[in-house]
Amino acid sequence: MENTIISLRNAVVEYDGEQILKSISLDIIDKQFVTLLGPSGCGKTTTLRIIGGFAEMASGELFFNGVNIKNLPPHKRQVNTVFQKYALFPHLNIYENVAFGLRIQKLPEDEIKSRVEEMLELVNMRGYEKRSINSLSGGQQQRIAIARALVNRPKVLLLDEPLGALDLKLRKDMQIELKRMQRELEITFIYVTHDQEEALTMSDTVVVMRDGMIQQIGTPQDIYNEPKNAFVADFIGESNIIDGIMRRDFLVEFAGDEFECVDKGFAKDELVDVVIRPEDIKVVPQEQGRIVGVVENVVFKGVHYEITVDALGYKWIIQSTRSESVGSIIGMNVTPEDIHIMHKSEAE
Amino acid sequence: MKAPRSLAIPYAVWVLIFTVVPLALVIGFAFSDTDGKITLENIFAMSDYMAVLFRSILFAIAATVICLVIAFPAAYIISRANAINRSTLVVLLMVPMWINFLLRTYAWMTLLEQNGVINRLLGLIDLGPYQLINNSGAVILGMVYNYLPFMILPLYSVMVKIDQSIIEAAQDLGSNKIRLVRKVLLPLSMPGISTGVIAVFVPSVSTFIISRMLGGGTNDLIGDIIEMQFSGNSYNPHLGSAMALVLMIIVLFMMSLFNQFGSEEDVQL
Repeated sequence: MENTIISLRNAVVEYDGEQILKSISLDIIDKQFVTLLGPSGCGKTTTLRIIGGFAEMASGELFFNGVNIKNLPPHKRQVNTVFQKYALFPHLNIYENVAFGLRIQKLPEDEIKSRVEEMLELVNMRGYEKRSINSLSGGQQQRIAIARALVNRPKVLLLDEPLGALDLKLRKDMQIELKRMQRELEITFIYVTHDQEEALTMSDTVVVMRDGMIQQIGTPQDIYNEPKNAFVADFIGESNIIDGIMRRDFLVEFAGDEFECVDKGFAKDELVDVVIRPEDIKVVPQEQGRIVGVVENVVFKGVHYEITVDALGYKWIIQSTRSESVGSIIGMNVTPEDIHIMHKSEAE
Repeated sequence: MKAPRSLAIPYAVWVLIFTVVPLALVIGFAFSDTDGKITLENIFAMSDYMAVLFRSILFAIAATVICLVIAFPAAYIISRANAINRSTLVVLLMVPMWINFLLRTYAWMTLLEQNGVINRLLGLIDLGPYQLINNSGAVILGMVYNYLPFMILPLYSVMVKIDQSIIEAAQDLGSNKIRLVRKVLLPLSMPGISTGVIAVFVPSVSTFIISRMLGGGTNDLIGDIIEMQFSGNSYNPHLGSAMALVLMIIVLFMMSLFNQFGSEEDVQL
């Protein structure tokens, strides 16, 4: 049975008369890895700070296991935070940093010792107890910050872009480790990032945000395969977003042609966004293509080539394992399942 | 790049002329009598003034502690304000320091006098007059008022470097306000505290203007006694130098003791 552990109801946050959060409602399922994803300024960190107790709502409610905690100060909440800049205590060594929360609880010394060691084991930092935090690399400091939060056995761990400052390789390793910790400890992680790949790799649930509003909540697969609007589609991986007209159910017109598709339920002749993933476009000889364009640019990306094609003024992005020569004319085909039709989003 | 040593020459000359030579003169005077013979008499004569010396140290400690108690929260509030408010508050703090020290102390006299501003205002609601001046409280008040900025500024400059997320981390890990101060703010502010304590204690322990103007001759401090040896009727620069030397040694001793204690929790930010 899935239990809601945190429930945010109509949360509004204002700063200098500007609405940072515009009435957000969100349910966090217990023991899930939930990611708040969006560009900077979308309100994801503010949402996290409300849950941690560091941001105040102008209006709205926050429930933790059914109890309203919106007026509870941070030190009384059963959540712990891993801060973006680690925020380790510079006057304490590594052992004392991790032990900080336990000492506040006045636990007996031997319990503190065993729990700190257990945590340092979990984050692979045994043997560093006496070291000063200034002697650690960014990645090691991050591990200590995670251990310091987890040692208190919170019900929910909040992580505010914790891997942002690490290099790519380290970030990938930490992503896998964080997911492992979350599974082993069986607690809820709420993770804030602007990195869509990170979100897809680790999450059970992804919450896509923009301009203080939630755009879509779903599994990584849902978000990637069935984006609700053009913004989500574009933010989660690259997309071609073309203006189209829905002629009738299962038939859409764009790029000067009519295409079969799998969507229905739109008004007749409604203006829509047509979203097609770059990897879903097949390059064919010019005479076989439904869409024809001129190759403008080819970039080698490792696994594939990224090809920019100009067709009737729209620049298509295609991912293909085969290169094409710049200036050549090629045809492009798309199967109906790969054409995603979306209502025009109001924000644009 | 290493700075050439020659750049230190002006400072070295300055220190030599205005610190080393006068200090040597003080030592010379302290250990000699009017005939120029070497003697320890002046040092022994200090024993007559132990009560004054003790009072000076006590007043200075009181002023330092009060300054610390006021300055710590004040510096914290300033350091957490937004950038515009922060600079406004720092300037407001500095403004009184731009006014002449004597004028500032005179202002307190007119406030505290028997028929001064405060007593007259109290009189309007049928209170007083109270004896507000010419007592030890007035002297300590004068010290606190004059030297408070010397405590706030070093504390502020240390606290402003404490990242807000460190404070939030402490709260996140269960610290209430008291524990936040004790376990995080206080240890991290230690460098500012030791600077501020020295900056308040040293001028307080050796002041003579404040005690003369607000103490009314009943609360002479060691500074007053030393000053009398150089300008008063009891002109005796040999005794004055001995007193200055003993005071200096006591201050140095206390400060090194304090720094020893402070450096245990000293941190690099």
